[in-house]
Order: sequence, then structure tokens, then C-alpha cells
Amino acid sequence: MADTSMTVSAATASPVREGPPGQRRAIVVGASSGIGAAIVRQLAREGYRVAALARRGAEIEDLARAAGSEAEPLGGFVRGTAHDVRAVEEVPALLERLVRELGGLDLFVYAAGVMSTIQPGEYDTAKDLDMLAINFAGCVAWCNEVAKLMGSQRCGTIVGISSIAGVRGRKGNPMYGSTKAAMTHYLESLRNRLADKRVHVCTIKPGYVDTVMTQGMKTFWLISADEAASTILAAARRRVNQRFVPWRWSFVALVLMLIPSFLFRRLSI
Amino acid sequence: MLRTQRSSPVRLERSYEYVEGWGMAVGAHSRVLRPRSVEQIVACLGMARRDGVPLALRGGGNSYGDASINARGHVLDISRMDRVLSFDPKTGLVEAEGGVTIEKLWKTILPHGWWPRVVPGTMFPTLAGAAAMNIHGKNNFAVGTIGDCIEEFDLVLPSGEVRTASRQREPDLFHAAIGGLGLLGVFSRLVLRTKQVHSGDLWSQGIATRNLREMLDYIEAHRATADYLVGWIDCFPAGERSGRGLIHEAHHLAEGEDPHPEQTLQLEHQELPTSILGVLPKAEVWRILRLFNHNAGMRLVNAAKYVAGRIEHHKGRFRQSHAGFSFLLDYVPNWKWAYGREPVRCGLIQYQPFLPRDAAHDVALDLLARCRKAGIVPFLGVVKRHRPDPFWLTHALDGWSLALDFKVTPQTRERLWRLCAELTEVVLGAGGRFYFAKDLVLGPHDAQRFLPADRLAAFRALKRELDPESLLATELSRRVLGW
Repeated sequence: MADTSMTVSAATASPVREGPPGQRRAIVVGASSGIGAAIVRQLAREGYRVAALARRGAEIEDLARAAGSEAEPLGGFVRGTAHDVRAVEEVPALLERLVRELGGLDLFVYAAGVMSTIQPGEYDTAKDLDMLAINFAGCVAWCNEVAKLMGSQRCGTIVGISSIAGVRGRKGNPMYGSTKAAMTHYLESLRNRLADKRVHVCTIKPGYVDTVMTQGMKTFWLISADEAASTILAAARRRVNQRFVPWRWSFVALVLMLIPSFLFRRLSI
Repeated sequence: MLRTQRSSPVRLERSYEYVEGWGMAVGAHSRVLRPRSVEQIVACLGMARRDGVPLALRGGGNSYGDASINARGHVLDISRMDRVLSFDPKTGLVEAEGGVTIEKLWKTILPHGWWPRVVPGTMFPTLAGAAAMNIHGKNNFAVGTIGDCIEEFDLVLPSGEVRTASRQREPDLFHAAIGGLGLLGVFSRLVLRTKQVHSGDLWSQGIATRNLREMLDYIEAHRATADYLVGWIDCFPAGERSGRGLIHEAHHLAEGEDPHPEQTLQLEHQELPTSILGVLPKAEVWRILRLFNHNAGMRLVNAAKYVAGRIEHHKGRFRQSHAGFSFLLDYVPNWKWAYGREPVRCGLIQYQPFLPRDAAHDVALDLLARCRKAGIVPFLGVVKRHRPDPFWLTHALDGWSLALDFKVTPQTRERLWRLCAELTEVVLGAGGRFYFAKDLVLGPHDAQRFLPADRLAAFRALKRELDPESLLATELSRRVLGW
């Protein structure tokens, strides 16, 4: 009898329930700079155990050290891992390793994304497909594996950083907008698929955020990456389906959607 | 002859998942491997060996407890090996891969006028899982367990060797692996006998019984003639009405009795209703059940079901499709979520003692009374009649089983386990046994008390011979057998 009651008490704690600081676990893909890095820093401040992934190994190590020191007093940590999201075949084994190290998974953030400059007369397939691989294929490869895990444990949150650029097909950067539109669509489907399993999928559509991506652009309503990160995490916690960041961009999106095509193609947006 | 071929892809499917018992009260994160061929099964065994961890075998994941959970290693999920290899409509012999589900089996053979000889209350288990747990149906008293209708199987041993076993060839392996909890090898191919039917319908009838005595007497009196008999009981009332319930009895139609078998044998005729009362989408019904998922609510539901049963009793016999009669558990998808969806903290366990014929009535009433006294009343009780079979670790005996569904909550968990331990003492004292596919509560020494010592020793010797490194193990095997 003694043995059975031991098994019972050991099993009573849920292995998948989001715990107090020091016991919450997150993976952030695309964490070396911009919004991803800001999310890692904020999670660290909240005492999460974070696995931060990025292609640039040295930068992710620096971030892990800096943010990790903030997490440690609360029982959390930040581990940096070099990973190129184009290597989709690595994902299943890597996810398993990370989740074992973290001791579970409550939050997954896909923040990897690039925007190449496209000249008006440029139709460069290689460049476009590279954006597709990083912004969308990588997102699908990660989210599929994470969806299987979180669906099976009926617990967890997936956050995808899409963009307001996916709202209309602008002439400026066809592939960037397409990858973000695809991501928005994919994440919505994922959200609906996982709803029964208590897993939430949150689509984030930022406007201009002060990151490497927006350097040299004409911008307005520019917010810092840290500001964006706290809005994003707040939205994810409130289980918001999709959120423009900051919120006022939803009016821009509405206006953009209402502009008829013949007019839209003449505008320089 | 009907044959299908499909080439297997190169890459072995793997993912990292939370793997839980069907009752949700237990689970663990594991690497899940989903092989599509014997070669890939061998690769899985090799991977576990290289990683130095045990491998648990899993079918449809329908065992209530920890029969296919492995907190210490990987899980091999056989469900991708789902090809029916051959079916002979003249003899009813089916040859199928281990991952073929009961659903795929009946849907393959019924249009030809055949039905599986043994099906459980849900159609989602795989044949490999069904063989490993030696499952039974509502006709256990008449035809035995699924092991009794298996003619032959291929077992992939931990060494990678594929061994074919039947009653004549390797009888020891045949009788040990069926009901062997997946501890000896992987069922990659099975050959089963099926039953010829002359209609897609059964004659079905509800018989309301005022107490357990009436129920057992009725079943005992009709088991020579009925094809299927199962009793539902309301576990709440005490005294004279204790064990009141409803028997469902069914008979196959004789040849010619169904004027249009070509219609009733079609799969469309077998479809379970897609909505309840015509309006409620079935997928959402568990949310309504959730509202009643507490003692007061279930007392009400059970009482209402009993009243409905008395009305059904007066309806007399009616025709019901095979699927409609057999797969009661599949009527409401995810009905278990009525118990909550949070793993481990919510869920249900099924406690199913098997009681010797003569002691069954009194012991069953004693068990129910102890539940009521403890204030933990099963929300569902099911009574079935059984017969012995020759499989080494079998649960079946000449007697009765009483399946009790208990709700698990963080507050009641420890009390519930104590209650089950108390019930187990009563059951073992009366010469009863247990069924591992349902179990989550037996302690480390309980199995030795009801499994015949010679059979357990022989099983252990065979395990040592075939799996000297103990590569195949589960939470269940470690808990009840210690290996």
C-alpha cells in the first residue's frame, strides 16, 4: 500500500500545468534581435525558463547571458541555441531536446522573419523563396511539432509574429506580404484546430517596430521592441486571437482593406 | 481475395508528445515513434537500445490507465501500420497489420457479410493493442476473448527477429503474447477468424432489472441462447434497489430474417447518429454532460437512465445496427472530457474486478456499499459475464465482471486510491482477478496474488529469454510486475 500512495502523490501534480515563476517554460524562435529578443528579455524578467533560438550563435549567446542573469533570481534561466529555421528537418529532435531541458512547454513564440529589399523591376525567385523558407516554412515546421505536443497535453500557447504587411498585396514587397498573409491564415487554422485541445494560438500583426527590419524605412507610430513585446505577451495571456501592435494599426488595416483595387495600385503604400 | 499494397516511406515518423492513458488520470512526455513497416519497428527497437531507455508499445491508446505510458523512455505507436493485408469473403479470414483498428476491420468485412467475433465498446483500439491486452466484448461468455479468434500472428521480438506463432506453432509464445501486455514483442501482423452475419442489424432488447440479483439471474438464464448480454447498473441506490439497472440483450438475425441484407450490410446503414435529438452536434455534447459531472448530477442522470430503461423494457425487441449496438462508447465523441480536460488533475479511472461465479453477487454488492460509504460512488457501472480462456496472464474467469467508472480530482485522488485498495482486498479475498487494460490502482504485490504462480513464472522466464535487456516496459509493467 505504501508504494501505491507514493505513486498517487507523485502523479497528482499536473505535468503540463503552467506553474509559478521559475516553473514556466518558453521557446522563442528568432530571438537574436528585434521583437524576439525583447520577448526573451521580458520572459526572463518574469522568471521563465527560456530556450532562445537564432541563426546567429554568438548573438544568441550574448542575449542568453544578459537576460539569463535577470531570470536566475526568480528561478528561471535563458539558454541560447544556434538554429537556422531553414533546416526544417532538425526541428523534431531539437524540440524534444529543448522541451526536456525546460521540463515542459507552456509558451512557444515564432518570431523569425526577414524582409529583403526588392527593387521595382526585380523578380528574384531565389530571394523570394529564401524569405518563404524563413518567414513561413520555418513557422510551419515549428508550429506543427509544437501543435502535436501542446495538443497532446491539452495545454499551451502558440504566438506567431505575422505582420500588417499581410493584409493587402502591396506592390512594394510581394513575397514578404505573402509570407505574412500565409502565416496569418495558417495560424488561424491552427487556432481552430487546437481550440478543443485547450491550446491557444495568438496571431500578432505589428505595425512599425524599431528593429533592424525598419532601419532606413520611412516610418510613423514607431514603437520600441520592448513595448511591442509587452503588448504581445499581454495579448497572448488574455488569449486574444489576433492583435495589431500597437492597437491603432487595426484602423489602418481596416482602411487598407476598404480601398478598392483600382485605387490601391496607384497608391505608393 | 482482396489485397492492397502500399510502399512505405523512408523516414521514421517521430514526435515529442504527452502520452496519456485514456482516462487522462496518468501520462508522461515521451518521444513517440510511428513505424510503417517491420523494418521501421526494428529501427525503433534499435533506437531505444542505443538511447539506453525502455520502449513502451501503444496501439489506439484506449487503455484507461498506464498500459502504454512510459515516463522513462520512448513509445512505439503502431497505428500507422494500418493495412488490411487480405480478406477472404468465403472463409472470413482476415490478415491485417497490427495498427488496423477495430473500426477499419469491421468496415472492411461487413459489406461482405462478416463481423468481428469480438469487439470492445469502442471501435478505436488497434488489433495489436487488442491482442496485447486480450480484450473482450459483450459476448465474452459465449465466444471468449479476442485471443480466442486469433489464428496466427507475427511478433517482432526485441532482438529484431520476426517470429510467427499460432496454437500449433509456438503455442507458448502464442498464449503468452496474447494478453502479454506488449512485453514480449510487437504484433506486426495478425490473422483473425470473423463471424458470418446475415444482416447488418441485430435483434436488440432492453430488460430493466430492479436489483443486481435480478440482473445476474436473467443473464445467467439467457446466456445459452443470447449472442450478446451486457448490464448497466445505477451505483447510487442502496438496499433492495442496489444494482438496479438495464440489460441489453442482442441476437444475430438468422439467414432470411432480414429481407434486405444487401442494404443493412452497407456502411451507411451502420453510421452512428451525427447529432443528438436531431439538433445538438455530437462533438459538443460533452459540454452538456460536464454540467452533470458531479455526485448530485450523476445521481440524477443514473436515475433518469433507469426510468428510460424501464420504458425501453416495454418496447420489446427492436432491430439495431451492429455498430449502434456494439460501440456505445463512441456515441458522444470525447465524452470523457465531461470529467475535465486538464491532464492528470482531471479524468476517470475504471476499476474492473472479475469475480468468481458463486461469490459475484454478494461481493459486488459489498463493493458498491463500500463505495457509497466512502462517499465515492461510481458514475457508471457495467456488468458482464465471462468464461475462462487459455492465455497466460488472462483476467477472464468463470464468473462476472463489474466495471466501475470513478471520477478523479486532485481533492479525491488519494481517498479514491485508498478506497480501491480496500476494494481490492475484498476482491482478492474472494478469489477475484483484474484486467490490466483498465487498471491504474493495483499495487506491486496484487498481481502476484491473483495470477497463477506457474503461469506468472513461465511468463517471466519467456520474457527473460526473448527480452533479456528488458527493452519493452511500461509504467504498468513496472507498477504491477516490477519489471
